[in-house]
Amino acid sequence: MTEQPSQGSAGYQSDSSTRVRAAEYWRRNIRYVGILLVVWFTVSYGFGIIVVEPLDAVTIPGTGFPLGFWFAQQGAIYVFVALVFVYVFLMNRLDREFDLSEEDDT
Amino acid sequence: MSVQSWTFILVAASFTLYIGIAVWSRANSTKDFYIAGAGVSPLANGMATAADWMSAASFISMAGLISFMGYDGAVYLMGWTGGYVLLALLLAPYLRKYGAYTVPDFVGDRYYSQTARIVAVVCAIFVSFTYVSGQMRGVGVVFSRFLEVDVNVGVYIGMAIVFFYAVLGGMKGITYTQVAQYCVLIFAYLVPAIFLSLLITGNPVPQLGFGSVDQASGVSLLERLNGLHQELGFSEYTSGTKSSLDVFFITAALMVGTAGLPHVIIRFYTVPRVRDARLSVGWALVFIALLYTTAPAVAVFARTNLLNSVSEVPYTEVPEWFTTWESTGLLTFDDVNGDGRIQFVGPDSPLANELTVDNDIIVLANPEIAGLPNWVVGLVAAGGLAAALSTAAGLLLVVSSAVSHDLLKRSIMPEITERGELIAARISAGVAVLVAGYLGINPPGFVAQVVAFAFGLAASSFFPVIILGIFTKSTTREGAILGMVSGITLTAAYIAYFTLIHPELNHADNWWFGISPQGIGTVGMLLNFAITLTVSRFTPDPPPEVQQLVEMIRVPKGAGAAHEISA
Repeated sequence: MTEQPSQGSAGYQSDSSTRVRAAEYWRRNIRYVGILLVVWFTVSYGFGIIVVEPLDAVTIPGTGFPLGFWFAQQGAIYVFVALVFVYVFLMNRLDREFDLSEEDDT
Repeated sequence: MSVQSWTFILVAASFTLYIGIAVWSRANSTKDFYIAGAGVSPLANGMATAADWMSAASFISMAGLISFMGYDGAVYLMGWTGGYVLLALLLAPYLRKYGAYTVPDFVGDRYYSQTARIVAVVCAIFVSFTYVSGQMRGVGVVFSRFLEVDVNVGVYIGMAIVFFYAVLGGMKGITYTQVAQYCVLIFAYLVPAIFLSLLITGNPVPQLGFGSVDQASGVSLLERLNGLHQELGFSEYTSGTKSSLDVFFITAALMVGTAGLPHVIIRFYTVPRVRDARLSVGWALVFIALLYTTAPAVAVFARTNLLNSVSEVPYTEVPEWFTTWESTGLLTFDDVNGDGRIQFVGPDSPLANELTVDNDIIVLANPEIAGLPNWVVGLVAAGGLAAALSTAAGLLLVVSSAVSHDLLKRSIMPEITERGELIAARISAGVAVLVAGYLGINPPGFVAQVVAFAFGLAASSFFPVIILGIFTKSTTREGAILGMVSGITLTAAYIAYFTLIHPELNHADNWWFGISPQGIGTVGMLLNFAITLTVSRFTPDPPPEVQQLVEMIRVPKGAGAAHEISA
């Protein structure tokens, strides 16, 4: 997902410092999204599918779960839930930092 | 009390509740009707999304499918949850900020094109109707098995209920009914799962139970099940039989399809603010994960119980549930070797298999197989109905708003009044219910297969153009239109070729690179991305106001200012 420079934006008038801040906000957002999607891919497609066989050689201590099987049928889902809440937390913090929070929008 | 009276009481009580909610939450404006006045709390919207999302397929069929597929069942578990991460990170907040009523609304405005809007309307209706007919059928099946009425009568009753709250309350009625339906369905799913987990492993948490020790044999339950599978000539439960590549592509198609399904996306238009949209995806995923992490446990318990209770049992001594389900035709026994005993064996066994069990009965029959109390069996019936009705209602709303908002208001008669549009929305919802009922009663032979393919169609049409519409400014209408058309055409053609035209060729040797029709949506999506990006390079940039629109949706501030919380 690459950012394309906007062309043909003649007639687009906006306070330049606001635009710079908005661009910085967006860059930070993209970085968060990128990192979280790497984790998303690793636990599901990585642990759950691509390397599932080597992981299955390990059994989670104290249970009967082969590790790869557990990731595919349980672990990936728990990580998905965590990822969404981490993103919620990061973005709420970012919104406040850039004064874009909707706190007073109700 | 008998199973039937319990079922009757529990189903009637839950239906009364749904109708009560519908009367209480009537829609007074088109905004109420399309997006519940954008006044739903993130938690309530999370529950409603979970109910909307989890259909008869999740509730009734999924655990059964997993118990037959073993490890390979992970495609559904990861595929149908992982898409919510994409929704939260890539779609929901921006679409909420944009503040549209429907998915074609966003596509039409972002791509400054009526053609793009109409293509999106056609895709939305096509995806939703394939999906909804399966739900109505599910309602009929539950009614016929548990209340012993005709399947068609069951469909009529289901239609009447959905008609009542969808036409009266629109999104507002649907949302609050879905909250109630989520509670009914999750309770109905967890109670038998907890019972089974306690019975088999002594651990009350099913998610842990299926990794614990089987009390009957003293070894780990999964090890015991793998052993049974080996004895009976099935492949090992915890390893799969599908190729990794196919598992990869199917999982991706289901994930991306989830994030592209219009009835899921519009749920995030109903919350007041952008931050609520993000949080609401989180809650939705929590509520979905509760069922989705339980399902693989139910699958293991059911598989073990089934193998233990029928294998080598003389046909004259089968338990009562066996006979009941046999009469529905969903379970069949053919004594091939004439020894009067049931041989239930896999492809690697020297013996011939004599028992065929339909995936769909696993969850419904599970409480009976395990000998749970009658009220639990009745509860499962009420839960299955809640799952089917809530999904049907959400899908019907997409069809209704596509017709009354995108076609009438935004395309054919823009001068229509608010009152007129609301009446049009109610009429199209009513017509959609009738069409869905018709498809439920006269299912085209391929519906059962096609429902799973709705995901591939959504993945290959909406997902790429929405993502590119948010994350790039230079994607053009020409690119988006050609991308959507080519993506959905390739996917639909591949699926139709292998399921309708040449079903006899539908095996791995003939598939492209071993990718099954279920996974082809991923290829369609990649094609859509490639075509949209390529065509956009060679066509004039979007006008400046569209580029400003893209900048506007990227920052949260100012989304909810005008919205009043009215429910």
